[in-house]
Amino acid sequence: MSPETREIIVNGLWTQNPGIVQLLGLCPLLAISSNVVNALSLGLATTLVMAVASGSVALVRGFIPHAARIPLFVLIIAALVTVVELLMHAYVLALYIVLGVFLPLITTNCIVLARVEAFASKRSTLHSVLDAVMMGLGLTLVLVVLGALREIIGKGTLLSGLDLAFGPAAKAWVIHVIPDFQGLLLAVLPPGAFIGLGLIIAARNWLITMKERRARVDSPLGQAA
Amino acid sequence: MIELRNQILATAAALLVFSMLGAALLSGTFHATRPAIERSERDAKMKLIAQTLPAGGFDNDPVRDELPLPVEPLLGLKLPGQAYVAKRHGQPVAVVLEAAAPDGYAGEIRFLIGVRSDGTVSGVRVTGHRETPGLGDYIEIGKSAWIRGFDGKSLGNPQPVEWKVRKDGGRFDYMAGATITPRAMVKAVRKALEYFQAHQSELLATPAKE
Repeated sequence: MSPETREIIVNGLWTQNPGIVQLLGLCPLLAISSNVVNALSLGLATTLVMAVASGSVALVRGFIPHAARIPLFVLIIAALVTVVELLMHAYVLALYIVLGVFLPLITTNCIVLARVEAFASKRSTLHSVLDAVMMGLGLTLVLVVLGALREIIGKGTLLSGLDLAFGPAAKAWVIHVIPDFQGLLLAVLPPGAFIGLGLIIAARNWLITMKERRARVDSPLGQAA
Repeated sequence: MIELRNQILATAAALLVFSMLGAALLSGTFHATRPAIERSERDAKMKLIAQTLPAGGFDNDPVRDELPLPVEPLLGLKLPGQAYVAKRHGQPVAVVLEAAAPDGYAGEIRFLIGVRSDGTVSGVRVTGHRETPGLGDYIEIGKSAWIRGFDGKSLGNPQPVEWKVRKDGGRFDYMAGATITPRAMVKAVRKALEYFQAHQSELLATPAKE
């Protein structure tokens, strides 16, 4: 793996994670993360749109006049989102209804345009797709962690609503983490999303601080001081 | 000057080409997915309608036998709705009405109500609402069996004064902490039955032309 590839992967998943570091695309992140299945679905739909958008922009970047680049990027993203929306409407109707307005709103999710403008319009196609996928997965990861947190506290289950995507048979796969738990309503409501996201960001910062402190103690300089 | 003109023309040409490509992509996908979308929408609607009708009590496709419903205060409809007629051997046996409770805790609660030809409720299913999750959403069949409490009821059973939640001296259950939602539902179901009673002959008319 070349250092550049490595950097792209680490950036998307951790260093520049769109959900908890860049804090881009928070509206769908907060609204749809009330359970794991919704969070994962929107995360993967966004990742798919990002990969195709970044890939196509990188492919045609030579033909895009600088002055008209933003409208063209938006045009490309909007067209791709509509295609994904139509496909979901046709083949996974229940999920399409759950994601509702947040599906077309992927168009306006700033993380998609941000990666196209900051990365795909300047770099090779392969790297652009990789960057988009990693950024998308980074966002999906945060969505899923937040979704799991809110679902366990709010409903005591994990993976409820899986049958929306995989048919009634999937109802049996729902995990009842805390049996007979009525749930803490706050976690499912919007404030729960803000509190949950805050906790995740705090946990990340705490991890980084701990790592830095350990590095300082371990280094000879740190011992001298 | 010429350089600037060329630049503007190139930009315009790029916009034109990309717009056309985008339009082609969209219309292609639209036409490719349209049959599947129509099919899945119809299946979902059919499934919901079937839940409000007596199982196995009809042999037609109620979605095909639909009647228009006017904007009607008794049904709570703000836009013209639809009624679906269930038939057995060509005779109407029940009708499913689209209706809404306008005074839910968070706006309108839309629902489907199936009424047998004798005026009893065969089933009620909520199709859309914005009630508080975990509190007022027990009107959904996926969350609780509360909505089945309407099954078999009619305008004479319970008596009109008892078409209320227990808290108001009526016969319908409610859950503590959320009484506005069931109150709105009970009232809306009663009104839908009143609409059925007033328009029974039109709704259950045997088709003359077939």
